[in-house]
Amino acid sequence: MKKSDVLCCLGVESTADDFGVGIATFKGEILANASSGYVPEEGGIHPREAARHHAEAADKVLGEALSKAGTKPTDLALIAFAQGPGLGPCLRTGATVARALASYLDVPLVGVNHSVAHIEIGKLETGAVDPVTLYVSGGNTLVSAFDSGRYRVFGETLDIALGNCLDVFARTAGLKQKRGMPLGAALEQLAANGEKLISLPYVVKGMDISLSGLLTAATTLLRKGECRLEDLCYSLQEHAFSMVTEVTERALAHTEKKEVLLTGGVAANRRLQEMLSSIAEEHDAKFNVVPRQFATDNGAMIAWTGVLAYTHGLVTPVEESFVKLRWRLEKVDVPWIK
Amino acid sequence: MDKVDSQKLLKKGAEASLFLASWHGRRVIVKARFPKKYRPAELDAKIRSYRTAHEPQLMHEAKLAGVPTPTIFLVDMKNAVITMEFVEGKQVKQVLPHVSKKAQQELCGRIGVLIGKMHRRGVIHGDLTTSNMILSGEGKIFLVDFGLGEKNSELEARGVDLHLMKRALQSTHYQFAEECFRNVLRGYSEVLGGEDAGKVFEKIREIERRGRYVDERKQA
Ligand SMILES: Nc1ncnc2c1ncn2[C@@H]1O[C@H](COP(=O)(O)OP(=O)(O)O)[C@@H](O)[C@H]1O
Ligand SMILES: [Mg+2]
Repeated sequence: MKKSDVLCCLGVESTADDFGVGIATFKGEILANASSGYVPEEGGIHPREAARHHAEAADKVLGEALSKAGTKPTDLALIAFAQGPGLGPCLRTGATVARALASYLDVPLVGVNHSVAHIEIGKLETGAVDPVTLYVSGGNTLVSAFDSGRYRVFGETLDIALGNCLDVFARTAGLKQKRGMPLGAALEQLAANGEKLISLPYVVKGMDISLSGLLTAATTLLRKGECRLEDLCYSLQEHAFSMVTEVTERALAHTEKKEVLLTGGVAANRRLQEMLSSIAEEHDAKFNVVPRQFATDNGAMIAWTGVLAYTHGLVTPVEESFVKLRWRLEKVDVPWIK
Repeated sequence: MDKVDSQKLLKKGAEASLFLASWHGRRVIVKARFPKKYRPAELDAKIRSYRTAHEPQLMHEAKLAGVPTPTIFLVDMKNAVITMEFVEGKQVKQVLPHVSKKAQQELCGRIGVLIGKMHRRGVIHGDLTTSNMILSGEGKIFLVDFGLGEKNSELEARGVDLHLMKRALQSTHYQFAEECFRNVLRGYSEVLGGEDAGKVFEKIREIERRGRYVDERKQA
């Protein structure tokens, strides 16, 4: 089989509501990053409906990525997919697409950890080498740093994820998700016009945080209708972001690393960026934030992490390519980091 | 106000800066919580004064429960500064990796006993890590850093406290975290008794399932 000179990996992301396909060269150039998001009619993600969306969108998104990259399927040297953590039906849809591609093209398959991928794309795009990472999205809230072969988890949420907290509040407030405008962005806009800080629960335990009490208190006030919505959005953000910033700073002081990386969907929030940049400065560390197009779940990060894994001897035989719904970050070996 | 002088910065932590100073001829630790620029001033003031007020109270409670803690000398609420006894010794974090397996397990068992005594009296530490434990010259283990603690006797609070201890062991002492934690639990059961301790352990498992269930969280 003919392979072109530039080795490429195609990555499939489908852990939650986005189906993404990215193409990365083995040298770390992102050639394409296509995706299709499932927008629920109402309420949060319904895993089965999202999975159906992914199955229907797969063809189009794959085609889009390949044509954007100008690669023929036969030029691909590797197929990577997000093996976990995430929603079962969604993960299985992506895994099925990836397995089919790998076996049809007769190239190796590699399963990657979604959380690792968020960190690796952040490092690739910003040039960060050994950061303390705050990874915040709809499903995850983690503070981690590398030590002895793995990304160690220093802090995390004890209940709901930061993105989830913001989204549920936004939805309760009647904000609507539009294409290209996540709920969090709508909330951020309103928060920018907040004037008064309303006192809400602030819960930090060790390096962990708890957000469910904050969410309940904020939605209760919202329903009472006595506060300006802008003030509530502002106060919710200030409390939640101060909490994650505090634990990130603790991890920074503890590890004495000299870089901070903000990644994941919520990384797009300007106010959160400002807070993290402030603690980085405080500890003489360099602040890095993942570019917006790689902040939310995407296929490019899977492709790139697949390259890292494969070039360091990792492959996933098809019979071991079952999805891992609760695959924790600190369970993953990352042999590409020394 | 009594005067504290000759301050020397010992450690600039995330939450506070610690100075070694002298006060009435004795060596003391001055723990100062400086303002954080990243959060709104009102929230910052609230957090700092809350912790400054709670830390000495909880340290005192823990002492009554039979847990060695530094004696508090002064509390300056306005500036969020606490002056306390200086405990000469080493952080358990630094000691643990360099002693024999047997000594390690013995230390962890004693830590478990201390946590048990504290919980029995309704004191939750809030940040159980091996850097917040000092092994003194005469071999006593002192607990410090109660700023994130609370008075609470509920199973949930106890479970989270121990869960944090486990997580701290996993991130800092991953080579022998499992064994250490098992011994912490052993010491803990000695104090609380098998039945009560068992309920707390069940709670820990529940907390872990909760936090890690990405599946459930996304559907909320
Ligand atoms: N009373 C004390 N005597 C001796 N050392 C102390 C005392 N209090 C704290 N320390 C040391 O200083 C470190 C930081 O203090 P801590 O109260 O834990 O503040 P932080 O919130 O910054 O962690 C502790 O880990 C411990 O090693
Ligand atoms: Mg401490």
